[in-house]
Amino acid sequence: MSAQAPTRRQGGFPIPLVGMLLFISSEVMFFGGLFATYFSARASFAGAWGPPPGAPELEILPVPLPITLILLTSSITMHWAVRAIGRGDSGRLRLWLVVTLGLGLVFLAGQIYDYTTLGFGISDGVYGTVFYTLTGFHGAHVFGGVVGLSILTARAGQGQFSARNHVAVEAVSYYWHFVDVVWVALFTTLYLLG
Amino acid sequence: MATTTTLAPGTTGYERSWVLDWLTTVDHKKIGVLYIVNAFAFFFFAGLLALVVRTELAVPGLQFVDQSTFNQAFTMHGTLMIFLFIVPVFSGFANYVVPLMLGAPDMAFPRINALSFWMLPLGGLLIVSGYLVGGAAAGGWTGYAPLTGVQFSPGDGTDLWIMGLAVVGTASILGSVNFLTTIFKMRAPGMTLYRMPIFVWTVMVTQALILLATPVITAALIALFIDRNYGGSFFDPSVGGDPILWQHLFWFFGHPEVYIVILPALGVVSEILPVFSRKPLFGYRAFVWATIAIGLLSFSVWAHHMFTTGVVFLPFFTFMTALIAIPTGVKMFNWLATLWRGSLVFTTAMLFALGVISMFLIGGISGVMLAAAPVDFHLQDTYFVVAHLHYVFFGGAAMGVFASAYYWFPKMTGRRLNETLGKIHFGMLLVGFNAAFFVQHSLGIQGMPRRIADYAADAGWTEMNLISTAGAFLIAFSMVPFVVNVVTTLLNGEKVGDDPWEGNTLEWATTSPPPTYNFDRLPPIRSERPVFDLRHKHEPNLHPEANP
Ligand code: HEM
Ligand SMILES: [Cu+2]
Repeated sequence: MSAQAPTRRQGGFPIPLVGMLLFISSEVMFFGGLFATYFSARASFAGAWGPPPGAPELEILPVPLPITLILLTSSITMHWAVRAIGRGDSGRLRLWLVVTLGLGLVFLAGQIYDYTTLGFGISDGVYGTVFYTLTGFHGAHVFGGVVGLSILTARAGQGQFSARNHVAVEAVSYYWHFVDVVWVALFTTLYLLG
Repeated sequence: MATTTTLAPGTTGYERSWVLDWLTTVDHKKIGVLYIVNAFAFFFFAGLLALVVRTELAVPGLQFVDQSTFNQAFTMHGTLMIFLFIVPVFSGFANYVVPLMLGAPDMAFPRINALSFWMLPLGGLLIVSGYLVGGAAAGGWTGYAPLTGVQFSPGDGTDLWIMGLAVVGTASILGSVNFLTTIFKMRAPGMTLYRMPIFVWTVMVTQALILLATPVITAALIALFIDRNYGGSFFDPSVGGDPILWQHLFWFFGHPEVYIVILPALGVVSEILPVFSRKPLFGYRAFVWATIAIGLLSFSVWAHHMFTTGVVFLPFFTFMTALIAIPTGVKMFNWLATLWRGSLVFTTAMLFALGVISMFLIGGISGVMLAAAPVDFHLQDTYFVVAHLHYVFFGGAAMGVFASAYYWFPKMTGRRLNETLGKIHFGMLLVGFNAAFFVQHSLGIQGMPRRIADYAADAGWTEMNLISTAGAFLIAFSMVPFVVNVVTTLLNGEKVGDDPWEGNTLEWATTSPPPTYNFDRLPPIRSERPVFDLRHKHEPNLHPEANP
């Protein structure tokens, strides 16, 4: 059409990042709701809170603590990926994206392995229900992040990002950091405060 | 009064099969129309279900449907009216007009916009498909656990209800991300926050409520699904769960939901009153801040729905609830001051706007009554609540839908709906509505419980139930002139110019219907009424408040 270019506000925060931040605020409320179920169940629980009778105590070793550290590390490598493309270094971008992706997959594998050692299931009382729901939905979010990282890696392989144009990398990094923060809260609630 | 503004651009576009065009469109205006059409389809279906309920209740005895059909009917009526009619229909109008009002070419994320629309009919069909698999959900639209647990609601209907609502909820979260980003980032040069039309402000607060409240109900729905299908025990007290938890999560969402429903209607009213009073809105900034205050307060009052559970701190929630009456009162005052000494034009849109104000006033008063805990202990779960909620949802919000329809129809189609048919529609609806719902206040005070299919012949409720049912049918018949009006106007209605009402806001500065990307040029934006300024270039600014 003959008209002028669409009027968009220049400057300030890029549109996709605003969208991502808004989306993350809704995710905060979603996990807020799930955490509310945990604390409500815990507050109204009559017996001793924890894994059902017969199941072993929750241990932070050998799996939960290491995968926590792995996920924290992946936030750092993701940050390096953003920094790299900010300098226009697409080789390093690809490197750190692949590393982050790998760490995310290791976390998921660790979580699944951990599930097999717990000795109780989702239907074993309200503790089992909240434990698997909270960690399970967090795992699903990590998986979503892994999908996002894979797409980024593929696009980076085609050289689609540059120092000036990499807002998608930043958007996914926000999401990845968010998922990481949620895990820290979960790890603290479930394993440290027990 | 067909006037054409000087800034009207020529229409553009290219030919494609129109079906494909509508199915694949990412244009916010077409998506808006899709939203509205889809919402009206569910409105008519949910209205028929209401007639089923009302017919059964017309006289004592069970003669028309059985108990289980009755429970399904009121559950699906409530669910569809809330989640597939009244919320999406305003998303539709907002989709159409918000970018126009901001002077933007489209929404921030056009493809996500299309996605969030198409998830709606999908979710709606999931909910309704319960009817095909041996019975739809029957636990009420509030889905109280353990009523909706496997024990009391076996069968797939309730699972489909949960899944459908989760899809609809996700869709509205994506939609709210889109609206908020659009409002933050896509405003035309000169369109400061304090120059945005009030409708945009109400949409902004509404979408913020959707963004923050919907995820909580999604979490609750997931928990219910896990209880039902994977042996979970969130809400099962026998293994340590807590049924009251459902109510907390539900109402933490459910109360903001009431404002999600009503705020856009109040926004439309605030656009229509100034146009047809030929005066600026009185107290624009007070109005903005009252809207924000209502949004914030709405998160702190959820437990007023749970007074009778005995687990909530009554004085706090009574106080917070009463507090909401203050910003609402500010709005009432501003509207009346806007009308005061205006040269009023009683178009159908204006009549519906006045209808919203007066019906919402009644609903607000009965709401304040219910918010007083001692009164609520008597009226909880009676027909008084049904009356109250319909004065807010129907008399307030749904009348606002019709006001929007009559007001923006010329913008969307270039043709104006017939005023005579419109006034017949309004008259029948107003009479029918009050007949159907006013008597329910006294039914409630006399103790008739909601959600019952039958009542005793000697309870003294028969006469009023008969009146209520007659009113419901009058409401249904009032849709005939409306539908006839829409169809005949689309076929060969009166063609009007780009700005038939002499509007104030930017959508009236482009053609009707607007072209792809909306504007060739924009008028200078120096107040919250840029098109008024354009029309009255040489007059002194009548509204200095907006131009500090
Ligand atoms: C066509 C006019 C309407 C009629 C005749 C009507 C009638 C009814 C009736 C008879 C009930 C059942 C009350 C009970 O047994 O508890 C009901 C419930 C309800 N209605 Fe309507 N209604 C109408 C329009 C609306 C609209 C426009 C909305 C919302 C936008 C709405 C929302 C609700 C809700 C949320 C419930 C509660 C359902 C439940 O208890 O689970 N209704 N209505
Ligand atoms: Cu409420």
